[in-house]
Amino acid sequence: MRMTISEKIIASAAGLEKVSAGEIHTVNVDRLMSNDGTTHLAIDMYNTLLKKPRIADKDKLVFIIDHNMPADNPKTAAAHKKMRDFAREHGIAFYEGKGVCHQIMMEEYVRSGELIFGADSHTCTYGALGAFGTGVGNTDFLYAMVTGKSWVLVPPTLRFHLTGKFREGVYPRDLILTIIGDIGADGATYKVMEFTGEGAKAMNINERMVLANMAVEAGAKTGIFEPDEAALEYLENHGRKPKYLFKSDPDAVFEKEYHYDLSKIEPVVARPDNVDDVVSVDEVGDVKINQGFIGSCNSGRIEELRTAASILKGKKIADGVRLLISPASNTVYLQALQEGLMDIFIDAGAMIMNSNCSVCWGGCQGVIGEGEVLISTGTRNFKGRAGHKDSKVYLASAATVAASALAGKIVRADRVIA
Amino acid sequence: MEKSKVWKFNHNVDTDQIIPSQYLLLPTIEEMKAYTFEPLIKDFAKQVQPGDVIIAGENFGCGSSREQAPRVLKELGVRAVIAGSFARIFFRNAINIGLPAIICKEAYDKVKQDDVVELDMSEGLLKIGDETLTCTRLPEYMQTILNAGGLIEFLNKEEVE
Repeated sequence: MRMTISEKIIASAAGLEKVSAGEIHTVNVDRLMSNDGTTHLAIDMYNTLLKKPRIADKDKLVFIIDHNMPADNPKTAAAHKKMRDFAREHGIAFYEGKGVCHQIMMEEYVRSGELIFGADSHTCTYGALGAFGTGVGNTDFLYAMVTGKSWVLVPPTLRFHLTGKFREGVYPRDLILTIIGDIGADGATYKVMEFTGEGAKAMNINERMVLANMAVEAGAKTGIFEPDEAALEYLENHGRKPKYLFKSDPDAVFEKEYHYDLSKIEPVVARPDNVDDVVSVDEVGDVKINQGFIGSCNSGRIEELRTAASILKGKKIADGVRLLISPASNTVYLQALQEGLMDIFIDAGAMIMNSNCSVCWGGCQGVIGEGEVLISTGTRNFKGRAGHKDSKVYLASAATVAASALAGKIVRADRVIA
Repeated sequence: MEKSKVWKFNHNVDTDQIIPSQYLLLPTIEEMKAYTFEPLIKDFAKQVQPGDVIIAGENFGCGSSREQAPRVLKELGVRAVIAGSFARIFFRNAINIGLPAIICKEAYDKVKQDDVVELDMSEGLLKIGDETLTCTRLPEYMQTILNAGGLIEFLNKEEVE
């Protein structure tokens, strides 16, 4: 067959035996997600521009309000109302205030082998379960909502072989930032990043999400893992079954192969304003911070909250520093409550936010002012991403963020613990 | 060939620079367009003239999938974005809304801010001073969408037939 996982998913969605990189095919989309970043515009287009407005299959649609949640001003509230009313009128699955869209999609919908479009760039997260998720704009979303179909340019695949084990205090977050630093912010443009090897297999689904989620920060169309026992267990725990369990064929064509020994990865940060400006935490120098953020579709799950709690337990964050924590979903929030993590955070002086995109999105919650510095587990550190255009964002693991909040400056977690 | 004034941008211009997050939930593109490139250029929306072109380096439009980014540019009358390369979601969004996104590897090194260039979109030619550069052709399927005026117009045409 000579196909990769991604080619097999696209071939099945196109109803073809075989597809190859570079071909354009019409595909049936298994599921469509849209959030409050753009849905109000898609609804306006649906109502005013379409010759034959209709919804191909309402059961494939999911609307999620997570970006400016709760609404921060009357115009946001109006955009949310438009989305809420449209979902109700058309019987579309609708979530608000339940968590970040990708976390909800993983908990409630994504199945291995599906082709999923989301009107959000981090839709690539779904590759953690061996689904082909990719971000689109609201016009692509609307076209697929109306017709049930779209077109796909079959991407070539870059394969990342992961071997060895992380050392203590090093996390998947450090690995994906390291990879993006190595290949660049356009190192995978229009390509798939497939993660394989014993190091990939040893990760649980939440850890795989950290890698797949940031594939788009290297320009990739998606990031993907072979669905295995861990994927099946995750699906079973969430009451679902896979659509297909595809593996890349031994003779599949990969554009390039990369090798990473996890035992050699260091705690790193991405410096402002580029995700690929990555250095080891020890090399970053004396950087004082005003705010820390732990959350987002990249790193707001129970693993990151446990890591942060283990560092913050019994300690106080530095004077003048704010630490904001937003669990990726209410499910994560409740689990953190049950495990006593929220007590630790509050005792340390942190603020607990509702489950939403929060500081990572920089649109409404915990924005930073002129000249301020944020260290964040979010997805991006672009100029002004978290507030004022002349503020700075550093990206790091939850461990590094928690340690830096205690120290008031960017430090490695093991330096604080020692 | 039509003449256009150049707005020159660097490499890796992300969609947060084109239109920052805090404006995306405004009700209309008309209302959002005043904030175009706000983090990078003061009053860009007031200064840009219909028919101007953007010429940028590599990876233009990286980051978020916000379609507001190409739409505010189109709303302000930007005729085309010419870049060494594009991030894929921006590229697809631009074509989908009928904003020409043109790949031309050499243009970035050959122009300055405020230069006047001539662009022939049907032939894919960009004239800078005495030099004429050939731009990369779109895949045929995408060119058909662009020629229709965008994906919604393309869909509406399909509905008739």
